[in-house]
Amino acid sequence: MDHDIPRAGDIHTKSIRRYDPFHDQPAPRKGVSLGRTLMKTLQAINEKIKQGKALVLTAEEVIDFVDQKGAKKAAQEVDVVTTGTFAPMCSSGAYFNVGHSKPRIKISGGFLNGVPIYAGFAAVDFILGATAIPDDDPRNAVYPGKFAYGGGHVIEELVSGKDVVLTVSAYGTDCYPRKKVETRIGLKDMNEAVLFNPRNGYQNYNVGVNLSDRPIYTYMGVLQPRLGNANYSSAGQLSPLLCDPLYRTIGVGTRIFLGGGEGYVAWHGTQHNPSVPRTDLGVPRVPAGTIAVIGDLKQMSPRWLRGTSISGYGVNLSVGIGVPIPILDEDMVRQAAVRDKDIVAQIVDFSHVYPQREPGSLGEVTYAELRQGEISIDGKRVPTASLSSYAKAREIASVLKEWISRGDFLLTECVQRLPGADSGIVPQSLPERPIRAKNPV
Amino acid sequence: MTTTKIVLRFPPELTDQPVTYRLIKEYDLMVNILRGHITPKEEGMLVLELTGPKRQLDQGMTFLAELGVETKRVSKDVKWLKDRCTHCTACTSLCPTDALTVDRETMLVDFDKTKCIACEMCVTVCPYKAMEVQF
Repeated sequence: MDHDIPRAGDIHTKSIRRYDPFHDQPAPRKGVSLGRTLMKTLQAINEKIKQGKALVLTAEEVIDFVDQKGAKKAAQEVDVVTTGTFAPMCSSGAYFNVGHSKPRIKISGGFLNGVPIYAGFAAVDFILGATAIPDDDPRNAVYPGKFAYGGGHVIEELVSGKDVVLTVSAYGTDCYPRKKVETRIGLKDMNEAVLFNPRNGYQNYNVGVNLSDRPIYTYMGVLQPRLGNANYSSAGQLSPLLCDPLYRTIGVGTRIFLGGGEGYVAWHGTQHNPSVPRTDLGVPRVPAGTIAVIGDLKQMSPRWLRGTSISGYGVNLSVGIGVPIPILDEDMVRQAAVRDKDIVAQIVDFSHVYPQREPGSLGEVTYAELRQGEISIDGKRVPTASLSSYAKAREIASVLKEWISRGDFLLTECVQRLPGADSGIVPQSLPERPIRAKNPV
Repeated sequence: MTTTKIVLRFPPELTDQPVTYRLIKEYDLMVNILRGHITPKEEGMLVLELTGPKRQLDQGMTFLAELGVETKRVSKDVKWLKDRCTHCTACTSLCPTDALTVDRETMLVDFDKTKCIACEMCVTVCPYKAMEVQF
């Protein structure tokens, strides 16, 4: 571990030298070869899977395997490492095609169980966002606000086999004259129901704390004043993108476990940020890569897709994702076997620093420390909690291992890897520019 | 047998009525006085814990209402809906009595009802509505 970085136990919040992980890093050591001689191919691994001969381990099991047998032997013997994660996922939704009414309708807008849909697509194509809430939801008019129901809950109800009420309206055209439809509808009535999530599976995230004097209600949960608690949200050593930190095999077309069914990585996710400070293993020290994922909602289950109400913040969808990592060389097995104690997260104040978009963190802490329930900040013992279910992440990695071991799930070779640090992708903030007519009248 | 906590408010004209006596004698309820503030001829307040069969409790409550005593139940029970729980652990760091804990090996949450004081922090925090207040 680098020594200049303030560790959580050493931080004195009264004299915060704001740590900027982007600038305060020593440059990564170049020329460290961890063994990239390609030993296996994905095709060969798939052949072994078809024959039931592949050695598949979860991301936790491979840690012990590498400990006992060494990375070189592990790279030869282990074929696939399965990863998993289950948590509220930033940007999620589903698009649908419900078929035409009689007479036909060109939907301009409407609701599923009172939650607004967006219909700016084909006549009977529309999309539902996980964070959408009913027009008459009080939001945080009475602080902090419950956000009891929204898009995420509609999606959960649909995959539970329940019917919802579809209410749509249209301006009517010669070819699509109908102006209004109100009907009960379930997944089985629809042509397509596709889970499409523009940003899921965040590669690492921050630890939220609250330095102010009153409790705050954030997407990182309820944060108690004066460092009352610290919340994190990652599966750590089980997390898909933390086990393939440099996107050696994850990319467009990677087949994954998604919401209980099969899905695919469709694109890099919004805000994908590969050019970040990383540890020697390539693990990012700050939130980095993201994936956009897609899959057939009809295959999925409410065990792995849950409507989520975040007090004072809003509604979301919690998604279960598992990515299989083919072990092609020694590098990959070392990275897949990353441990919680070697993954760090930044402690960020959510009362002022984060909302005001000020840079920097209070320091770093490892997931091993976070997961044991308490960290030390400013000489204070701060209880920790997660928004990401480690127990469910473990279960997903296990289920995916089972699918692959049974020969029911073959790995795919991605057609394009997620953009790496050399891609030049650097997310920027919104450059606000004045709205002004060139020649005002 | 059900136990319920209630807050009674007596208008001045009722403060000399032996209300507690009648709850015990006529409705066979066990009465535990938790708090009392009664001055004759002034508005009075009593916090009682009543225990008895539900039917008699309901009858006792009706008797009080018919008398003109304002009653308000304060008995709260927090229930852990285990099937809804995803074991994310968000509730565990906020529980003031460690009624909600997580096993660090299995990373599974557990709820010890005997330690719960019904502060409802977990109800606010749980993203999956796995904690429910029942009156």
